[in-house]
Order: sequence, then structure tokens, then C-alpha cells
Amino acid sequence: MLKTWRFHGGLRLPAHKHLSAHRPIVNAELPKQLIYPLQQRPGVQLKPTVVPGETVLRGQIIADSDHFLATPLHAASSGTVKAIEDRIIPHPSGLSDQCIIIDTDGRDEALTSERVADYRLEPASSLRTKIRQAGIVGLGGAAFPTSIKLNPGPQRHIDTLILNGAECEPYITCDNVLMQAEPDVVVQGALILMHALQVGNGIIAVEDHMTEAFQALSSAIEQSKDLRLTVIKIPALYPTGGEKQLIRVVTGKETPSGGIPADVGVICQNVGTAAAVYNAICRGLPLTERVVTVTGQGVKQQQNMRARIGTPISDLIKQCGGYQDTVERLIMGGPMMGFALPEDDIPIIKATNCILAAAGSEVATSKETRPCIRCGDCAKACPVDLLPQQLYWHSRAGNLEKCKDFSLFDCIECGCCEVVCPSQIPLVQYYRAAKSKTIAKAKEAEKAAIAKRRHDFLLERKAREQAERAERSRRKKEALAKLKAAETATEGAE
Amino acid sequence: MKFSTVMSPHLQPVNSVDRVMLQVLLALIPGIAAMTWFFGIGVLINIALAVIAALLAEASILGLRGRPISATLKDLSAVVTAVLLAISLPVIAPWWITVVGSLFAIVIAKHLYGGLGYNPFNPAMVGYVFLLVSFPMQMTAWLAPVELSSVALTEIDWLKLIFLEQLPDSVNFDAVTMATPLDSVRTQLGLGRSVPEIQTDSAFGFIAGKGWEWVAGGYLLGGLWLLWRKIIGWQIPIGLLLGLGLFASICYAIDSNQFALPSFHLLAGATMLGAFFIATDPVTAATSVNGRIIYGLLIGSLVYIIRVWGGYPDAMAFAVLLGNLTAPAIDYFTQPRVFGQKT
Repeated sequence: MLKTWRFHGGLRLPAHKHLSAHRPIVNAELPKQLIYPLQQRPGVQLKPTVVPGETVLRGQIIADSDHFLATPLHAASSGTVKAIEDRIIPHPSGLSDQCIIIDTDGRDEALTSERVADYRLEPASSLRTKIRQAGIVGLGGAAFPTSIKLNPGPQRHIDTLILNGAECEPYITCDNVLMQAEPDVVVQGALILMHALQVGNGIIAVEDHMTEAFQALSSAIEQSKDLRLTVIKIPALYPTGGEKQLIRVVTGKETPSGGIPADVGVICQNVGTAAAVYNAICRGLPLTERVVTVTGQGVKQQQNMRARIGTPISDLIKQCGGYQDTVERLIMGGPMMGFALPEDDIPIIKATNCILAAAGSEVATSKETRPCIRCGDCAKACPVDLLPQQLYWHSRAGNLEKCKDFSLFDCIECGCCEVVCPSQIPLVQYYRAAKSKTIAKAKEAEKAAIAKRRHDFLLERKAREQAERAERSRRKKEALAKLKAAETATEGAE
Repeated sequence: MKFSTVMSPHLQPVNSVDRVMLQVLLALIPGIAAMTWFFGIGVLINIALAVIAALLAEASILGLRGRPISATLKDLSAVVTAVLLAISLPVIAPWWITVVGSLFAIVIAKHLYGGLGYNPFNPAMVGYVFLLVSFPMQMTAWLAPVELSSVALTEIDWLKLIFLEQLPDSVNFDAVTMATPLDSVRTQLGLGRSVPEIQTDSAFGFIAGKGWEWVAGGYLLGGLWLLWRKIIGWQIPIGLLLGLGLFASICYAIDSNQFALPSFHLLAGATMLGAFFIATDPVTAATSVNGRIIYGLLIGSLVYIIRVWGGYPDAMAFAVLLGNLTAPAIDYFTQPRVFGQKT
């Protein structure tokens, strides 16, 4: 057993994982319609490569972009592009944005796939390109392009790959069941990632309650006969699945504030991502489906579903027997960091690990906010060792400079402080608002600086032009005067 | 289907101010029970008076400030302040002492600074000190423990004593009152007796005075329960007891005739009440983990210094208020290192 470290704070939350942890992965039915938001992440907008009316096949790229944080989007089944129009997208804002709508034809025809015979013979750059072309992003929830993570640059020496199997948020079990059902795929994916990174040390971390997954992975590793890969159990303490927290627990290393894991020689990937990488490289399948946990007391049958990306949530709920009458909130992600959706016609996206249909008794419905009594429970719970209370006072007062002094941007918005706050203050909301205000202010300052530079330049140019004009007219006058003097001289001489 | 949207985290909060305050009140029960047992029902009358006055004061000032009244009263913070004040007062204090102290605590010390969470000084202790400096005679008239008193007071006698300031005809004032153990150590030392001699007096029980040590034990019990329930952290009470204990041990080691045993100081007066219930008031204490240890040590040391060399036999109120003064500075200098940042 490898030694594990711990991070400050964190919470032991009621797990609620029994609702779905021991249920097999069910293949979701092919939906009538698939919906693909073109905005992958804030600021990364894909351009459609198909037009309405066009027929598409499963695995065909339907949108892409040159943006370095963009990955292509693939149709998850065959059909016809019905429209490219505004739909509500799965985003905390609940805004509408451009989406590609595909009417499926039920035939589920796929493009012929290209597989790699032996990934060990492929150079890292070619694997990265293939991983990008397969549309693979981090499936743990952040959806960061995997190909970029695999390219940390020559200045950083990577020695360890950590596969994140610690599903620290309550309710979510999609990674757990995937590790149980397809341990070989996860292990092979990990080996591909290790090859792409040229690292000799791979660790799969699972939470201590995932006994079955631990055993399945252990025997898969044994079968692979690759001793560079190990699997360890880590304590179930929220947010141990946060990237920097996990690295701390597994290696004892602290990722520097503002830095990335590669700065301490570690790359972290979700276990689902590893499986997707295996499917892309060895089976030639782009990312068009994933395992989603549909759970909560608000749905009749909780289960883990392998669903096509783009499937409307309402379709999945229907296959789970529909809602219970007690359903109160529909959350994409977990109850700590997931966001509430305004309706269920929204599709699942690559980052969707969980659909939580929560009953009223499972979520905070009416918080009775009281003044802060400075109890300090928030600081004790903070996994980053911030002072949430000071951040609260300063963000509430709009004192953004002070917020920065108290390391506002190190906050990972995990919600621990808010859950333990006896005054039930919506702390995370204050931090989010302060962060966006700070960013907006910085942007404004940048704009103002550009405008000022332009204005200064204009003034300078005007002054220069004026000086040049003055100089020209002076020279002209001089020349005239000389001419006149010469004339008078010749006249006088005559 | 449509749903309402709110921001994460969605999980229900695990705690509430109301619950914290209620548990503090429950934890006070053993101490109050011991006090009633050894000193009579006066303490219960004081508690009732203080609570009624505090709730009325809080309700009216909330009304004046245009704040929600019933929701705020429900947080029980005013009740906690009132009870802490009431149990700090002499049990035979006249009714107006209790009422005036309670009003001062709520109106001046709490609401003039903005109400719950905003007051820099512990309201109960502000009320106590205000009474102590304004009405020293009433505030130092402590009742003898029941077992040492020749007089048994009935319920009617108690009501007359507190509301009309009348004792039964056959009883004079000096027959019912008695110096507290802390007070008698102080005055007797002044008369040239040594601590071991003083402690042979009838008022001294096993460790810290008949009755008194049991009351302290009651608060200790309640305090340990609060620790176990994680309503308070260990840093302030342990720091306080350690600060006081260390100081007392050193002085006792130097001269056991002039300085009482550390165990006496730990169980006498308001030490246990202060350590677990008063210094731990989160609003007025330091907030960082290390800061709270320092804060506790500071108050503990101040208690000893004032008891032994200062002008008052017990010193919890002054020590806590002085500690309150230092809390912001302590917090400033004890900020933790943020994950991933260099110091």
C-alpha cells in the first residue's frame, strides 16, 4: 500500500452513492434528436462544418475551430442536420446559444474507423493529434482538452501520471461503475497516456469504499504485466477528487498557486478519459458516448447509463421511469459543484458525469441566512486553507483588492465553506461575483489602457506633424529669404 | 419539465446559528443546576429576568432598526447573552441589577455596534463590567453556599429578596452573605495569613470552595459536551486553562504560601464558565486556529494576573474584554499559508 498524504480541511459528506453504485451500466436508447451546443467552454466557440439538411454518420466531425482550446465535435449517430439554432445550453447561466440539431435516422451508421495497430510504435505527437481528432476532453467535469494536457512543454519534466478515480462528489458513480465494468480499457488507456507522456510511473487513485473497482483494476494491471502502473485507495474526503487535492494526497506535492500540475511533474487524467483514449487509439472510435449517472430521489430508477453525447436529459429520465413527484431540482454534476438546469430538454455534453434529479429533501431549498458569527468553521473546512470569512467580508464590501490579498483566485468553489456555515451565507456566490467583477475590471482597465495608448499616440502624431509642418514652413521661409537675399545681392551687383 | 435554478452548492447546510445557540444553552444546564443546588433558586429568577429583559430589548431595538424581529429573536443569541450574564451575577442581586445589565448588554454592547456578529466586545461581559463598576456593593454581595448558611430561604423569601430587597425579619444581611473563595484568599493574604492556613477555613471544600467547585465542575461537563459536539473548538478553552494553569503553577512553585494551588485557580470563580462559554464566543474571539490558542493563553494569563496582582478577586470579564481588544491583531498575524503559496 502506497503512503498517502492529506490536505487541509475537506468534508466527509453523506455519499448517497448506494443509489447507483451497484447497478450495471445500461445502454441508453438512441434518442430521436441529438443536440450539440457549439460553445465548448466560455470563449471557445466551434464553427459548424455541416449545414442544415446534410446527412451525417456516427463519428463524423460536425464542428471544429482553430482555437487552441477547441476539440472537434462528432455526431453520435447517423441522421440529418435539422437546424443550427439557438437552444438553452447546459451552462450555469441558463443562456441560449447556437446548437446543431440532428434528427437521427435510427440506422446508427458509422464512419469507417482507423485504428492504431500498436500505439507503442506511435510518436507522442501523433497520439496527441489522434486524441484531439477524436474530440477527447477531460471527462471528470472540467472538459479540458486532453491533447493539450499531454503536451506540457519541454521545460517541464513529467514523472507521474495520476488517473483520477476518486469521485468525491456525493451521488456520482459513473467512474466507479466504469472501472468495475471495463477495468482493462481503463488500464490500457492509462498505458497509452503513459506512453504519450513518456512517464514510467502511473497511479490510479480510487476512494477507499470502491472495493470492487479496486479489485477489478488490480487484476487488470496484473494481467497487463506492466508494473509501472499501480492502483491505490485514498480516503473518501470531499474534495479529494479536485486535481490539486488529489496530487497532494497521492504524491504529497503541492501544485503552486496559479500553476498547473505539470509544474510539479504530474499529469492528472480522469479514468473515463483514459477509457476514451483507449477507444480512440485502439478501436478508432471518436468520443461520442460516455457513462452518466442518473440519480437522486427525484427519479424513479437510479442508474448508470452509457449515453450518446447530445442526448436530451428528458430522454434519459424517461428511461429511468420518469420523475418522482417529489422532484425539486435538476442538477448537472454533483450537489456540491454541479449547476441547476432550468429545464430537461437540455442535452448531456462531454463533461456531464451526473444528472441529479433531487427531491426537495435532498437539497437546500430555503436557507435562513443570518449574520456571520465569525465561528471560523469555513476556514477549518477550506481545502485550500483560505480565510473564507475575510473573503466574504471583502467581497461583500466590493473591496476587490483586499479579496486578491486574501487569495480569492485560489478558491476552487468547492462549496465546503458554505455547507458548514451555521449562518447559511451563500459564500460561494459572493466569491463568484467578486471573481467575475475582478476579471471584468481587469478587462476594462486593459481596454482603457489601449484607448489611452491610442489617444497618446494620436496626440504624439499630431504634435509630430505640427512640428514637421513648422519645420517645413521654416525651411521654405529660409530658402525664400536666401533667394531674396541672393536676388538683392545680384541686383546690387548689377 | 421546468425547474427552478439556484447556484451550487446544493447540499443542505449542516448547521445553523439557532442550533449552535440552543446547544450552548443546553450545555449550561449542569452548571446552572449545581448553582441552584448550592446557592438556591435565586439564579433561576435572575435568568428569567435577564432573558425577558434581553428579548424585549432586542425586539424593540430591532423594530427601531427596521430589522426582522421574530426571525432574529429565534436565533437565541440574545437568550445566550442574557443567561451568561445572569449566571455571572450574585444570586441575591436585586432585580434591577439584572435588568439594567441585560439591557446594557443587548442595547449598548450588541446593537449599537450592529447586532449579532458585529459587536467587538462580548455583550454579557460588557454588561457585567458595567454593573461591577457602577454598583460595586450589589455586585459583590455573594450568598453563602446553602450548606454553610444557617438560614433557609423559601421561594417567597427569594422573591422578596430579589424584587423588594427584603430579607426575612429574623435574618440580617451579613448572615446570608459570604466572601467568595477567591475573595477570601485575597483579603486573608492581605491580613498576613498563608494560603494553606486560609484553605483550612470552613468555606473551602475539596479544591476551590464548597459549592463553587461543583458549579465549576458542571460548567466543565457542559463545556466538554460542547467540544464533543464540535460546537466549540478546543483551542480557546485549552489555551485559557493552560495559560492560567501555567502561570499559577510557576507562582505556586516559587512560593506555595503566597500563591494558591493551580487546581484552586482552575476551579474557582468563573474559570470554567469563562473558558468554555464566554471566551469561546466566536463573534468576539480570534478566528484563526493558531490565533485562538494565543487568544486563550492570553486571557488565561490575564485572569491570573488580575486575580493575584490586580484590583478584583475574579477577572474573567476584564480578561475577556481585553482579549476581545487583541482579537483583530491576533487574526492579522496568524493567517494560515494558502495551499500552493509560499509563505
